[in-house]
Amino acid sequence: MTLDVPATSSHLNDSPGVITLDNLSVTFGGRPILKSLNGDLRGRAIGLLGPNGAGKTTLIHTLLGFHQPSAGTARILGSDIRGEANQIKSLIGYMPERDSFISKMSCIHFVRFMAELSGLPPGAALERAHEALFFVGLGEARYRNVDTFSLGMKQLAKLAQAIVHGPRLIFLDEPTNGLDPPARSRMIKMIREIRDSGQANIVLSSHLLRDVEECCEEIVILKDGRLVVYCNLEEERKANKKFLMLETRGDLKSFVEGIGALGCECAMTSDHRLKIILQDGTEVRDLYRLAADSQVQIRRLSYKRDSLEDIFLKAMENGSN
Amino acid sequence: MAVLERSYKRYAGALAPEWSRFLIIPRHAFRDVFRSKIFTGLYALSFIVPLGFATVIYLHHNAEALAIMKLDVVNVVPIDANFFQFFVSFQGWVGFFLALLVGPQQVARDLTNNGLPLYLCRPFSRSEYVVGKMSIVILLLSSITWVPGLILFVLQSYLEGWSWFSQNIPIASAIFLGSLVWIVLLALLTQTISAWVKWRLAASAGLIGLFFIPSVFAAILNEMLATRWGNLLSLGSLIRNVWAGLFGTFVQQAGQVREMRRGVVIETAMVEPPLWASWLILFLICALCLWLLSRKVKAYEVVK
Repeated sequence: MTLDVPATSSHLNDSPGVITLDNLSVTFGGRPILKSLNGDLRGRAIGLLGPNGAGKTTLIHTLLGFHQPSAGTARILGSDIRGEANQIKSLIGYMPERDSFISKMSCIHFVRFMAELSGLPPGAALERAHEALFFVGLGEARYRNVDTFSLGMKQLAKLAQAIVHGPRLIFLDEPTNGLDPPARSRMIKMIREIRDSGQANIVLSSHLLRDVEECCEEIVILKDGRLVVYCNLEEERKANKKFLMLETRGDLKSFVEGIGALGCECAMTSDHRLKIILQDGTEVRDLYRLAADSQVQIRRLSYKRDSLEDIFLKAMENGSN
Repeated sequence: MAVLERSYKRYAGALAPEWSRFLIIPRHAFRDVFRSKIFTGLYALSFIVPLGFATVIYLHHNAEALAIMKLDVVNVVPIDANFFQFFVSFQGWVGFFLALLVGPQQVARDLTNNGLPLYLCRPFSRSEYVVGKMSIVILLLSSITWVPGLILFVLQSYLEGWSWFSQNIPIASAIFLGSLVWIVLLALLTQTISAWVKWRLAASAGLIGLFFIPSVFAAILNEMLATRWGNLLSLGSLIRNVWAGLFGTFVQQAGQVREMRRGVVIETAMVEPPLWASWLILFLICALCLWLLSRKVKAYEVVK
């Protein structure tokens, strides 16, 4: 099954998408790894989800030009990965999943070196390297050798080298791997800061749903090299706000009738629990008023929505069929 | 992205020209290379011989000094193609040992630490990476081979006069070309071994073995078959022939072997392989190195 991702309604315009996949396929040694991916991704932060071996990293590597597509192509910020690889590379930053650094270099030297390779003149590269290291929180450790860093510090150094040249699109491959909870929170906070700055788009590849949920607006889920789900989390959240769960006490008969009179759909899940789909123009305060009139106590009210986990699990179930 | 603001901002300043980016690699590598006191000491020592050669050239043109020292330098050490060929070959082998210290760690270190994706995700191609890494060896060895060689040539021309310069211009081109062939060969071999043998000591040992083990085989082959074609296996002999060809001192018939067969003395001429064969083998070695490098210098290896 191949899922064609629609142009995101919230960003419908003529400007090129952040990533446009056009029948993109990648084959290694005759074995298809990515199978005819299509889509136009435009979110500020795009989450790339999928089980191990789904093709997330291969997709990122192909977009970075590390692998040649066997068929189709993709465009990043309007530039084709087949013909304009160098132009694309000057616009992107990449934080690899695995430990990647240049040994026997101090952290500031390493980040400066990376900035220079991205095209920055030596003076500007040094200045930006200091700034990037302070931004990620390695300011005090910037003269230490990268080889001596802990895993968490290496992750931060990798982030610093990915953003030092101020790219327009940043690929983060499993950025929270191996981080303890406080370090993970800091990493997520930084990713959100970059996203909210509006200066760069982010592609976050992770198998940790919580990370993606906290950072991303759009998600694509890959399974067996196919794109099985595209979901705009923002729109999903807005839509799900109309779906309510109520826990009540009292005689529900008149209350349920009143809800029906308001034009809302209602279902009783147990003696005291109701599921309600609010209609446009109906507010939550209308429910409270109705409950007061019907002498029903509302003891708990919550917005029920499909969590990312639900979406992911559904995708895995559907994809397996 | 000011330090105090600590917020993400795009870079909007000027960029360095693309053609010069490969030079970033040697510039940063030299910092590390010259941090080693052993290497710095050896590098400084490698300038002693050029100074010695300069002194000989100076003595050739200083009658007073020659009279005081009572040395017949003019006849003992004539300044001709052989003089400069000896300089190039001596400095070339000094360069070999410097390359042995610097070369094998360059690519190996990046491969061991997964550093290649960091280079190649930037506007920096695989060929720029290879050229950048090779230029570490090329720049270092140039500074002790053809650069002082040409300075010596200019010094001799200055002291001897225009006519000597115009008659011996081919020597200058031989200094440059002969050194360059040797340097490029060393740079390619060190980078290739470095890419395939990630352990530095093993890579250094491999490089030494590559030069000396085939030479032993070549010598055995030459002895057994009473030929000189075995020299095509020896990198040292190949480059020696190439240098001799460039300096115009190449002699194809290197000697004769006398054998007694059934009471008859048979004389066999020992003929060196033709120059084109030496050039061809060197070219093939360089091509093989480039192919091997292209297989290893990748952001990620695809396991089939």
